[in-house]
Amino acid sequence: MSATTLSVRNLTKTIKKHKVIKGISFELKEGEVFGFLGPNGAGKTTTIRMLVGLIRPTSGTIEICGYDVKKNFTKAMANLGCIVENPELYPYLSGTDNLLHFARMLPSVDAKRIAEVVDMVKLTERIDDKVKTYSLGMRQRLGIAQALLNRPKVLILDEPTNGLDPAGIRQMRVFIRELAEKEGLSVLVSSHLLSEIQLLCDRVAIITKGNIITVDTVESLLSSQEQAIWQLDPSVKGREILESLTEVTTLDDGYMVTPYDSTQIPKWNAALVHAGVQVLQLNRKIPVLEDLFLQLTDTGGAHIE
Amino acid sequence: MNNLILNEMMKLVARKRLLVIGAIVGILVILFTFAQYKEVQTQREKLGSDDWRASLQQQIIDMQNRLGSSRISDDWREQIQVSVQQLQFYLDQDINPSEPGAVTFVRMFIENSSDLFIPLLIMIVASDLVSSEHTLGSVKLLLTRPVKRWRILLSKYITLLMATSLIVAMTGLLSYGLSGIVFGYHGWNAPIITGFLVDGGDVDTSSIRLISQWKFVLMDFGLVWFVAVVVGTLAFMLSVLIRSTAASMGVMLAALISGAILNNMVSSWESAKYLFMVNLKLTNYLNGVAPPITGMTLFSSMSVLLVWWAAALVLSFFVFTRQDVY
Ligand SMILES: Nc1ncnc2c1ncn2[C@@H]1O[C@H](COP(=O)(O)OP(=O)(O)OP(=O)(O)O)[C@@H](O)[C@H]1O
Ligand SMILES: [Mg+2]
Repeated sequence: MSATTLSVRNLTKTIKKHKVIKGISFELKEGEVFGFLGPNGAGKTTTIRMLVGLIRPTSGTIEICGYDVKKNFTKAMANLGCIVENPELYPYLSGTDNLLHFARMLPSVDAKRIAEVVDMVKLTERIDDKVKTYSLGMRQRLGIAQALLNRPKVLILDEPTNGLDPAGIRQMRVFIRELAEKEGLSVLVSSHLLSEIQLLCDRVAIITKGNIITVDTVESLLSSQEQAIWQLDPSVKGREILESLTEVTTLDDGYMVTPYDSTQIPKWNAALVHAGVQVLQLNRKIPVLEDLFLQLTDTGGAHIE
Repeated sequence: MNNLILNEMMKLVARKRLLVIGAIVGILVILFTFAQYKEVQTQREKLGSDDWRASLQQQIIDMQNRLGSSRISDDWREQIQVSVQQLQFYLDQDINPSEPGAVTFVRMFIENSSDLFIPLLIMIVASDLVSSEHTLGSVKLLLTRPVKRWRILLSKYITLLMATSLIVAMTGLLSYGLSGIVFGYHGWNAPIITGFLVDGGDVDTSSIRLISQWKFVLMDFGLVWFVAVVVGTLAFMLSVLIRSTAASMGVMLAALISGAILNNMVSSWESAKYLFMVNLKLTNYLNGVAPPITGMTLFSSMSVLLVWWAAALVLSFFVFTRQDVY
C-alpha cells in the first residue's frame, strides 16, 4: 500500500575537497512524515539542496516518484514541492502575483488551484498585499502555498518552524500532519529542534557530520531508552540492592535511575520491600529525543573521526 | 516559454526599472535641448545673422586657428583636419550639416549617447537580471520548478532584448517629442552626406552619397541597438558569473569608462581594437569620423562585437545550467 516516493542511495557531496556528505541512503514512504535531525552544520541543508536539484551530487542517486533528479529533472520536480531554508519570494510582488509567477512555471495550475492553496494556508485576507509587508509567519505560509501549487507527492521543508512563535509552530505541525494523513503526501522535515521532530514525525534519521547514524521510528527509538526513576529510603541500602540486580546511576539529588523493563520492575520492587527499603517514588520516564540524540552523536562522533 | 517571459516582464515592471530609465532619458533630453537652444542663440548674437553658412564658415576658421597651435597632439590634429575637410565639403555642396529641427536633434543625441549613455541605461536592467535572484534567494524556488535551467535563462535573455529595444525606442521618441517643442518637428528629409572615407588626416570624397536624414537616423538607430544588445549581453553574463549586483555593475562600468578613455589614446596600440569597449561608437563610421585605431572599419568593429556577444552568451548558458546554487 505505501509506495516509496523518495529514494536516496549512497549520496555524497564534496565541496572544495571537503567531504560534506559522506554516503547517505534513506527512503520516504507515501503518507509519512520523515524527520531529518542533526546539529548545525551536519549537512541537512546540503542534502536537501541535492534532493531538489540545486546542487549536483558528487556521487549517488536520488529518485522522486521513480524519476531520477539528474536524468529526468522536470518529471522529478513536477512531483516535488520544497522550501529550502527560508521561503524567499519576491518582496516587491503581491502574494497573488508570487503564486501566479510560480503557477506559470507549472503545467495545468489554474486560478482555482491558486485560490485553493491560499485558502489552505489561511492567507486569503492579505494575499493581495506586497510580500514585503508580510510577517515571517505569513511568508512561511505563502512559501508552503507555493510548494503545494502543483499537488506534489513529496514535500521537502527545511526548518519550517524557524522563526515561528509557539502558536505558529503548533499550527504548522497540525498542518503538516494533515497533509500527510489526508492527502497522502510524503513530507521531509529537517530540524535541529528535537522536540519538534518528536511530535511531528513518524520516522526520523539522525545525521551528524555528513553521516546518517540511525533511521528508525520515533517510538522504537524512544522505547529502547525508557528509564525508571527511584526514590528510596534508606537510599544507600536501596542502591546496594538495586545494583545487585541491574545498572544504576545516581543523580545529584539522590534519585536513582535504572532501565525500564516492565517484567523486571515488580521483582526489583519486591526485593527492595523484602529488605525493608521503602519505595517513596517510582516513575517511568520516556526520554526526550534530546537525551537520545546527545548519546548517539557523542558515540557516533567518536567512530567517525 | 511565453509564460516565463511574462513572469520576467512582471518582475521588471513591478520594480519600476523602465520608469526610472524613462525619467532619466527625459531629464537628459530636456537638459540638452536647453543647451542646444542656448548655443544657437549665442551663435546668432556673435555672427549677427541667422545664416547657417556664416556659422559654418566661422566654425571652419576656428578649427584652422586651432590647427595653427603647436600644442595639440598629432591624433587630434588629424581629427580636426578631417572635420575641416568635411565641413568645407558641406559648404561647397550648399548643404546644412545641422539643419535645425527635432530630427537633427534626435540624430545628434543618439550618436552621442551610443557609447556610454545608452549602455548605462541597459546596464540598469541587465546587471541584476540574474544576480538579484541570488541576492533575494528566490533562485532556490525558480530552479526547483519543473522547468529546465536553460529555459529560465533564455526567458530572461529574451526579456532583456525586449527591454533593450524598448529603451532605444523610448530614447528616440522622448528626444523627438521633447526637443520638437523647441526646434519644431521637422527635418525628416534634410539631406545628409555619408560615405566619407578617412585615411590618416585625409578625406576621400569619391564614394560619398546624399541621403535623407530619416534614412540616416534609421541606420543610426540600428547601429545603436546593436551596440546596446552587445553591451546588455555582456552585463547579463557578468550578472550570471558574479552573484553580487554591485560588483557586476562595477566591472561593467569600469569597462565602459575605460573604453571612453582608451578611445583617445590607443592609436598606436594596434591589438586594442579587439577590446569591445573601443568599438562601441559605430555611428562614427557613418559620419566619417576617424576611428581610434587606423584600419578599423564598420565591418571589423561589428565583427569584434559579434564575437564578444557570442562568447558572452555561450559562457552565460554554460555556467548557469551547471553551477551549484547555495
Ligand atoms: N558553499 C559551501 N562551501 C563550503 N562549505 C559548505 C558550503 N555549504 C555548506 N558547507 C559546509 O557543509 C556542512 C553542512 O552544512 P549544511 O548547511 O548542510 O548544515 P545544516 O545541517 O543545514 O546546518 P544548520 O542546522 O545550521 O542549517 C557545513 O560544515 C558547512 O560548512
Ligand atoms: Mg540548514
